[in-house]
Amino acid sequence: MATTNAFREQLTTTLRQVEEAGLSKDERFICSEQGVKIKVEFPRGAPQSEVLNFCANNYLGLSSHPEVIKAAHRGLDERGYGMSSVRFICGTQDVHNEVEKKMAEFLGTEDSILFASCFDANAAVFEVLFDKEDVLISDRLIHASLIDGIRLCSAQTDSYKNANMDHLERKLKMWKDRARHMCIVTDGVFSMDGILAPLDRICDLADQYGALVLVDDSHASGFIGKTGRGTHEHFGVMGRVDIITTTLGKGLGGASGGLIAGSRAVAEMMRNRGRPYLFSNAVPPPIIYGATKVLELLSATTELRDKLEWNAKYFREKMEAAAFNLVPGETPIVPVMLGDAKLANDFARAMLKEGIYVIGFSHPVVPMGKARIRVQLSAAHEKEHIDQAVDAFIKVGKALGAI
Amino acid sequence: MSDEMRDQIIEFIRDEYVEDEDMEITETTLLISSGLVDSFSMVSLKMFLEEEYEIKMADEEATTEAFDTVASIVKLVESIQARG
Repeated sequence: MATTNAFREQLTTTLRQVEEAGLSKDERFICSEQGVKIKVEFPRGAPQSEVLNFCANNYLGLSSHPEVIKAAHRGLDERGYGMSSVRFICGTQDVHNEVEKKMAEFLGTEDSILFASCFDANAAVFEVLFDKEDVLISDRLIHASLIDGIRLCSAQTDSYKNANMDHLERKLKMWKDRARHMCIVTDGVFSMDGILAPLDRICDLADQYGALVLVDDSHASGFIGKTGRGTHEHFGVMGRVDIITTTLGKGLGGASGGLIAGSRAVAEMMRNRGRPYLFSNAVPPPIIYGATKVLELLSATTELRDKLEWNAKYFREKMEAAAFNLVPGETPIVPVMLGDAKLANDFARAMLKEGIYVIGFSHPVVPMGKARIRVQLSAAHEKEHIDQAVDAFIKVGKALGAI
Repeated sequence: MSDEMRDQIIEFIRDEYVEDEDMEITETTLLISSGLVDSFSMVSLKMFLEEEYEIKMADEEATTEAFDTVASIVKLVESIQARG
């Protein structure tokens, strides 16, 4: 083995520093399917315990939905396990093309194109479409994958304070005569705070200053907006967002896969030049069949997103009544603010003992002094599950002096 | 170091980047490496310096190291002014 002692020591030192800073990622083993009731082994080697899951991106409860599983099985039976190819060699089945058309229709765009993940989609989108003559003006709380995508692009960059439209306008004024194209980049729903980007005002500013708009709607697709199309539907700007990137790994089934939706030209540019697209395997058939079923379910009825909306509202009301400090909002992401990092971690561990699986988030994932527990509601939660979670929050909150 | 320049730059940074009004910023506060100043918007800081002090700063000079404290920014601006 060519690994040198010096290299090994370097890794050991870094890992020790990560641990000493309290930033080690300690993965809990789930020994069941993803869902509301899961079996968790934590700490490692401990007996499995059944807990209620309140930290998955399983917003619509589709990760283990029987219809989706059945469809994925059919995909496996009819079209196999994997494609063993990138799309442009021999990895494109008719069903890939069909689901791209259906996703475009669902999101209200002309076309869409699949990627292995939304991280890949975000890694591709900027480098292909923009260069040093352009400027990407991004919200300061965008997702890490957008940040990395922007870094891969030669375009100039600027940023504005989170959801601050006055600041964004100042930037647009400043860049108007300095760049060929301006593109405003934002998440639709900010995953750590659960707040919405004001897309109506963003689109108005984009029109006023001649800028493009790109939205990562990963934490919105399938459930934000009256029919679950996303943040653009919520703000009445469907058709006014130039590019939407999103994932099949959250509300839309929870497996994996991402996509870029926009004009036909944007999709074709990605097909021809998107490096993560050109050099990654095609999304496997079971996921394509599963995604097709998800779209069919969500197009037939808004029942799941309506239930999710009710669940989030009910949870927020009960937690506010119990005097917890929440980030105000209307999404199923509900941050319970605790401030101190140790308190957030202790709180999460105590919650697990009470049968509720939640995670504490602290710096550097969120700003210093703004540690929290991020609760994520699901349409698969029933009222009694939420009541049980709130009771546990109150018990632990009192024990730890948080309320 | 010019106190006036230092104070002007701190005021700009406060307005452009800082959301917490109680946060103290001094000439040695780490700006970029601490994440306080978003590296994507360093260009705003560069433009401010060029306009405010009527200088032309080469892109190679506007590095994350040079922009990491108010003290190092002042030093850079003064060195550009000195070479005329």
